[in-house]
Amino acid sequence: MAIVAQSSKWSTVGRPILAWVVALLFFFPIFWLVFTSFKTDADAVKPEFLFFFTPTLDNYLNMTENYDYWRFATNSVITSVLATAVALFVGIPAAYAMAFNPTRRTKDVLMWMLSTKMLPAAAVLYPMTFLAKSLGIFDTHFVVIMVLALINLPIVIWMLFTYFKEIPKDIIEAGQMDGVSTWGEIKEILIPLAWGGIASTALLCFIFCWNEAYWTVRLTTTEAATLSKLIEGNRAPEGLFFGRLSAVSAAAVGPIVVLGWFCQKQLVQGLTFGAVK
Amino acid sequence: MGEIILKDVVKRFDTVEVIPPLNLHIEDGEFAVFVGPSGCGKSTLLRLIAGLEDCTEGHVIIDGNDVTEISPSKRGLAMVFQSYALYPHMTVRKNIAFPMRMAGLSDEEQNERVMAAAKSLNLLDYLDRKPGQLSGGQRQRVAIGRAIVREPSAFLFDEPLSNLDAALRVGMRLEISEMHKRLGTTMIYVTHDQVEAMTMADKIVVLQAGHIEQVGSPLELYRSPQNLFVAGFIGSPKMNLIKGPLAATHGAKTIGIRPEHISVSTNPQDGAWQGTVGVAEHLGSDTFIHIHGIEGCDPLTVRAAGDVEVSHGDTVYLTPDAALIHKFDEAGQRI
Repeated sequence: MAIVAQSSKWSTVGRPILAWVVALLFFFPIFWLVFTSFKTDADAVKPEFLFFFTPTLDNYLNMTENYDYWRFATNSVITSVLATAVALFVGIPAAYAMAFNPTRRTKDVLMWMLSTKMLPAAAVLYPMTFLAKSLGIFDTHFVVIMVLALINLPIVIWMLFTYFKEIPKDIIEAGQMDGVSTWGEIKEILIPLAWGGIASTALLCFIFCWNEAYWTVRLTTTEAATLSKLIEGNRAPEGLFFGRLSAVSAAAVGPIVVLGWFCQKQLVQGLTFGAVK
Repeated sequence: MGEIILKDVVKRFDTVEVIPPLNLHIEDGEFAVFVGPSGCGKSTLLRLIAGLEDCTEGHVIIDGNDVTEISPSKRGLAMVFQSYALYPHMTVRKNIAFPMRMAGLSDEEQNERVMAAAKSLNLLDYLDRKPGQLSGGQRQRVAIGRAIVREPSAFLFDEPLSNLDAALRVGMRLEISEMHKRLGTTMIYVTHDQVEAMTMADKIVVLQAGHIEQVGSPLELYRSPQNLFVAGFIGSPKMNLIKGPLAATHGAKTIGIRPEHISVSTNPQDGAWQGTVGVAEHLGSDTFIHIHGIEGCDPLTVRAAGDVEVSHGDTVYLTPDAALIHKFDEAGQRI
């Protein structure tokens, strides 16, 4: 009985407190970012204005008026959406093939795909930059979309593979007996059954694309530059303008935080899928 | 039409040969049952016919056409899976109509056939439910409905009743048998349950390790099993297989006698063999008596009609029906 009482006290008091502490710890950087974005660059570095200052919207106004925020934001939306679409377009058939027609080498192929994520991006920076420049696709949406799609493809295929493996093979075979073509199997059976998983995968891929900075900063200058580039562009040689930088960063993470908030159920499902049956 | 011929069919998974060269002829309209223990290759054989597995060698011929290289959907067969394999995101109506929709049939025709199938399978009240809202038996009926509406040249059943409880299994067994009589379509049915095989089949194919041990009607298999495996597999309770001196007196390495072909008595004058009762199972209609002390077969099982009053430790005297003793040689083949 004592054990039962103890565990219920822990679950009613201890656990929520711990959860709040962890949540606040994670939330604090975002809070501080938004907080600082309402300070002037001068106030942002002064200790006396750490908590008490006169809030200003100048950083935000400055960002939209002088830095063309909307162009960067539009580029982020275009490249993230299309890169996610390309990754799914390639990933769904690939994961389908490996989940339902595995060969002796399927595990190796999956591991190989994952191993590409272990390669340091810097190792292929110069080949990629030269390739983009010599093909004349440097600073285009196309190159950003392709790179974002490709770097996220392994994780997309892995996630989809895990979801598809949960679908009984009998159902796919019943489809084959019922006269469905391969494309029909994907469209009529696989996608409706794995819809939740596909949505979670798409959402996660979109977030990764949106947040990606290494390649988007290096493969673009102005035309296809995304919000990551805008943040990076606010890094001045004479020192950091913390207020301005915070405003740009807040405006860059804002949309994805809102999206994540609305889709949190899908996201949690996506990240914990397979943990319990 | 639904004549199916397997010609020198071989199936290997990597280096493991699960089906050695195999030949089989299933006549049009026949109810053929593949029976054998787990892992004997019966489901693989069915999947080879369906086209869900590729033959490593040999040919599958349906109605005179070699379909070995043809995809499952173009073979004109319908399959009912052990797990039902219904589409969980579709209603019963859509599940049944699915193969027709894929074949491009008109909405009216789809509807007509769905209603006919639902009526014959007692599913009219469930057409707008999803599979998750149905019981196991209802799901299996939906799976059968989905197979019927395709009007296939043959039905393939892969252990369709294994997931149902005993009472439902008997009911569904009768329904499938009746459906076969009504439609007259070829059916191939895979099971490990020899009672299902005996009660449903026109022709039983007994398999072991991918080999066909014997093909025949249920009574042929019961009356003249060609080898020890079939002798032991067909019949419930199992045939008593006796080795040693008792077998030698019949000029065989092993003799087999079914439990129902031995008469039992407590009178010493009435028996050739003497033994002691271990357990007597009283079923009312029959009594299964397990007897110890018979050399070469311990325990020996006897099935006596009605309720026989014997109990543990009683001495009993047994007389086998001499005309119904099966003899097998050293290789286990019928003499």
